[in-house]
Amino acid sequence: MLLLPSLATANEAQPLAANPQVEARLKLLAVELRCLVCQNQTLADSNAPLAEDLRREVREMIAKDMSDKEIIDFLVTRYGDFVLYRPPWKATTTLLWLGPFLLLGAGATGLVFALRRRQKKLTDVTLSEAEHNRVEKLLSEGSNRL
Amino acid sequence: MIPEIGHYALILALCVAVVQGSLPIYGAAVGNASLMAVAKPAARGQFLLVLLAFCCLGYAFAEKDFSVLYVAATSNSQLPLHYRLAAIWGAHEGSLLLWMFILSIWMVAVSFFSTQLPEAMRARILGVMGLVSVGFLLFMLTVSNPFERLIPAALDGRDLNPLLQDPGMVIHPPMLYMGYVGFSVAFSFAIAALLGGTLDAAWARWSRPWTTVAWCFMTVGVAMGSGWAYYELGWGGWWFWDPVENASFMPWLAGTALMHSLAVTDKRGGFKAWSVLLAIMAFSLSLLGTFLVRSGVLTSVHAFATDPKRGLFILVFLAVVIGGSLVLFAWRAPRVGLGGGFAMISREGMLLANNVLLVAALGSVLLGTLYPLFLDALDLGKISVGPPYFDTVFLPLMTPAIFLMGIGPLAQWKQASLPALAIRLRWAFGVSLATAVAVPWLMGQWTPLISLGLLLAFWILATILVDLRERLLHAEGGSIGGRVVALPRAYWGMVLAHCGVAVFILGVTMVKGFEVEQDVRMNVGETATIGGYTFRFDGTQQVNGPNYVAARGTFHVSQDGREVTVMYPEKRRYFVQNQTMTEAAISPGLLRDLYVSLGEPIEGGAWSVRLYHKPFIDWIWGGCLVMALGGVLAVSDRRYRLAWRRKEAAVPPATQMARQTVS
Amino acid sequence: MSRFLIPFGIFIVVVGFLAVGLTLNPRELPSPLVGKAAPDFSLPQLHDPGKVISSSDLKGKVWLLNFWASWCGGCKDEHPVLIHLAQSGEVPIYGMDYKDQRNEALAWLKEWGNPYSIVAVDEPGRVGINYGVYGVPETYVIDKAGVIRYKQIGPLREDILEKKILPLVRDLQNQ
Repeated sequence: MLLLPSLATANEAQPLAANPQVEARLKLLAVELRCLVCQNQTLADSNAPLAEDLRREVREMIAKDMSDKEIIDFLVTRYGDFVLYRPPWKATTTLLWLGPFLLLGAGATGLVFALRRRQKKLTDVTLSEAEHNRVEKLLSEGSNRL
Repeated sequence: MIPEIGHYALILALCVAVVQGSLPIYGAAVGNASLMAVAKPAARGQFLLVLLAFCCLGYAFAEKDFSVLYVAATSNSQLPLHYRLAAIWGAHEGSLLLWMFILSIWMVAVSFFSTQLPEAMRARILGVMGLVSVGFLLFMLTVSNPFERLIPAALDGRDLNPLLQDPGMVIHPPMLYMGYVGFSVAFSFAIAALLGGTLDAAWARWSRPWTTVAWCFMTVGVAMGSGWAYYELGWGGWWFWDPVENASFMPWLAGTALMHSLAVTDKRGGFKAWSVLLAIMAFSLSLLGTFLVRSGVLTSVHAFATDPKRGLFILVFLAVVIGGSLVLFAWRAPRVGLGGGFAMISREGMLLANNVLLVAALGSVLLGTLYPLFLDALDLGKISVGPPYFDTVFLPLMTPAIFLMGIGPLAQWKQASLPALAIRLRWAFGVSLATAVAVPWLMGQWTPLISLGLLLAFWILATILVDLRERLLHAEGGSIGGRVVALPRAYWGMVLAHCGVAVFILGVTMVKGFEVEQDVRMNVGETATIGGYTFRFDGTQQVNGPNYVAARGTFHVSQDGREVTVMYPEKRRYFVQNQTMTEAAISPGLLRDLYVSLGEPIEGGAWSVRLYHKPFIDWIWGGCLVMALGGVLAVSDRRYRLAWRRKEAAVPPATQMARQTVS
Repeated sequence: MSRFLIPFGIFIVVVGFLAVGLTLNPRELPSPLVGKAAPDFSLPQLHDPGKVISSSDLKGKVWLLNFWASWCGGCKDEHPVLIHLAQSGEVPIYGMDYKDQRNEALAWLKEWGNPYSIVAVDEPGRVGINYGVYGVPETYVIDKAGVIRYKQIGPLREDILEKKILPLVRDLQNQ
């Protein structure tokens, strides 16, 4: 849909960015970076002057063929991990990244133990002959109820 | 004068609340009927007083009374009336009054619709709600008074934040608060049960409708918040895992788990401790949300102006209410007893797994939201936890839950057989898998996540069809129509709500998988094409609003040569706060939204413009709406409608006398 | 009984953290550059654009680097403190005019006084980025070896100067 033939090129609007490929890579990076002024927006969305400056810096780094890791390191050296919306994997964030799965694991384990205990309770109950007959009678009366 | 009346009404309401929070609970403990009878009139009295206070504040806003500090801070003479009224809840103090007002609405509703409850239980429920209102009224009267005067009066107000001058502002907060505060009813039911020492299936049957209604409001409130962010903020996003968004999502997750847990307690007498704990959790998370927004502890777009005194008050209130409830829980819950036993593979087993998964999901959101605070408090540095974290963590936790959503309704209570279930569901699984692989391939773009999303959505729909078919085949009633009617509304409510989830997942998957965006520089007359639609920019003109001036752009949109619509995005400058704002133009559709947002003007009448094509995005909020409708349908089930009609005389005279002799 | 207390236990821990959180400022971003070498710069001077001021020129002494701008409100608030400090002569203050217009900066200093030994001009804001500046005013204490020892975020106040900065400066000067 982006490759329309020359019919429309006379009036076709130009992309805002000078270099769409660089821009695409900028977008991928900037969406995971935090604006330090408008701290509740990504670097991609913020209109703060610092955000524009940082986007300019990142564009230049992309044009210089720096890798994603190098660009991120550049920003983290200056602003710390705060600038990353994806928390880095470190000693201090292990609990953060593993926490949900530990929680799930603990929950699942607890679940299995609790259910095993109940299973025993289920099989431990036995009915007498009279009780059994009564149950049969009740079941046949109410068989169509959900 | 009027603001003083409002202020005085709040003070009176506090006195009533103190009475409501103490006498009935004491009365229930010792069996004193006249003390217990205080609860109903107290609740109704409180409602009238808070209503009066609310109206007084509304009057001050309507009459542009800038001698009231709060009105001066959030309103302006040029602000249109409907926004002046919405400004009542535009900042901290007023939003607390809204909280209190909605709490009083729920209290009065409980006082009217609880005729079938035993007197002691009702007294305790209203008593607990009274205690909660004591906290909020005290908070307002000490450090957050909306009626505080500004002497000398301001000449004009500071105006409502332009971002809030929008219809969404009129509905979203009240809806959301109806949900937040509604969970206080479920909470009160739980505390009442713990205090009384009896927790049985009847208790669950009474709590369910209240919980479900609160959950419906919460669903709508959160969905509206998301929809509003989408169309108001101008960059096409609809969920940012912002701390305050999370603060509304966590009670919703707890509420969902609670609804499912109550179903088991109602039908099988099991999950009692879970239900009580979840009820406490849901309301606790609502209170935690209140704290997070107003204390300044986390940065958020939503945060109200902060003050350490306020933060401390709410924290102490939080600690007392939640801490107290959890201690009560630890003390009384062991005595509550277990319900009937069940096997691991059974409907109960799956609902229990569902509880665990939802709580794990909730815990992860809480962990991610509070983690930066944890590290900062321990002096271990500052980090940010944003969408990349939440998206990575949330999906693996919810996927099994959604998978279970398909199997659960088909599993029998107490004991089910896994092989038998597999056989019944193999067709559903096959069809879902095939569709999930085929659709993206046909649309020309495939990623594992798109297929996963489609698989989950189609799985829900396919399993619903399997379940429906089985039930209709075995139901009584002769014709298909008769059988459909014979199935209880609660069942149809569940079906609808689960379909809503499927619709929601479809919306999210399709939008995230297939949305396209373009940033272009447009001169007048130029065109840009996106998603098969061609946009022609026809310049801007100046437009004057009541309290702003705007540059309004005109975009003619066509598809295959035929004109489809005209869109008018605006760039507004609000006079009072001198703030510029983008008002995006959205062309909504069943299968796609077109979204145009003006950037900055460039020389020669040209503008930088952002265009979006977002397929199926309205299914996100549509799905939430369907979920809420499912809840409404479930609440209108015969069981509850009959219960409401039953009068108090339903309690046999013998029992009444016995009760009186005991006291 | 014990496992029923787990929710309460978790809750108490969370409340503890929230209470501590009330004393913290989530928006403030401490600098990761404290303890590291101050980034080099070589910029034209405000009062004498032909001449250049480099960070390497300042090795061997303890100095303050103050990022400011004529459009910045907080800078006006802290300015009297800087003037006072400059008059005491305890430590030289070097200014970094951040993303500003030359004539407006000169006019601003003329009106409010000039506490700076030399003012460097960082018009594009690149040096600011290298120093991790995210708002003005911000002030750095740099030692004789050119290592950043302290960063003040936001306007300087007399009490911060007395309690934190001056003792540090004196300590560094004695080394």
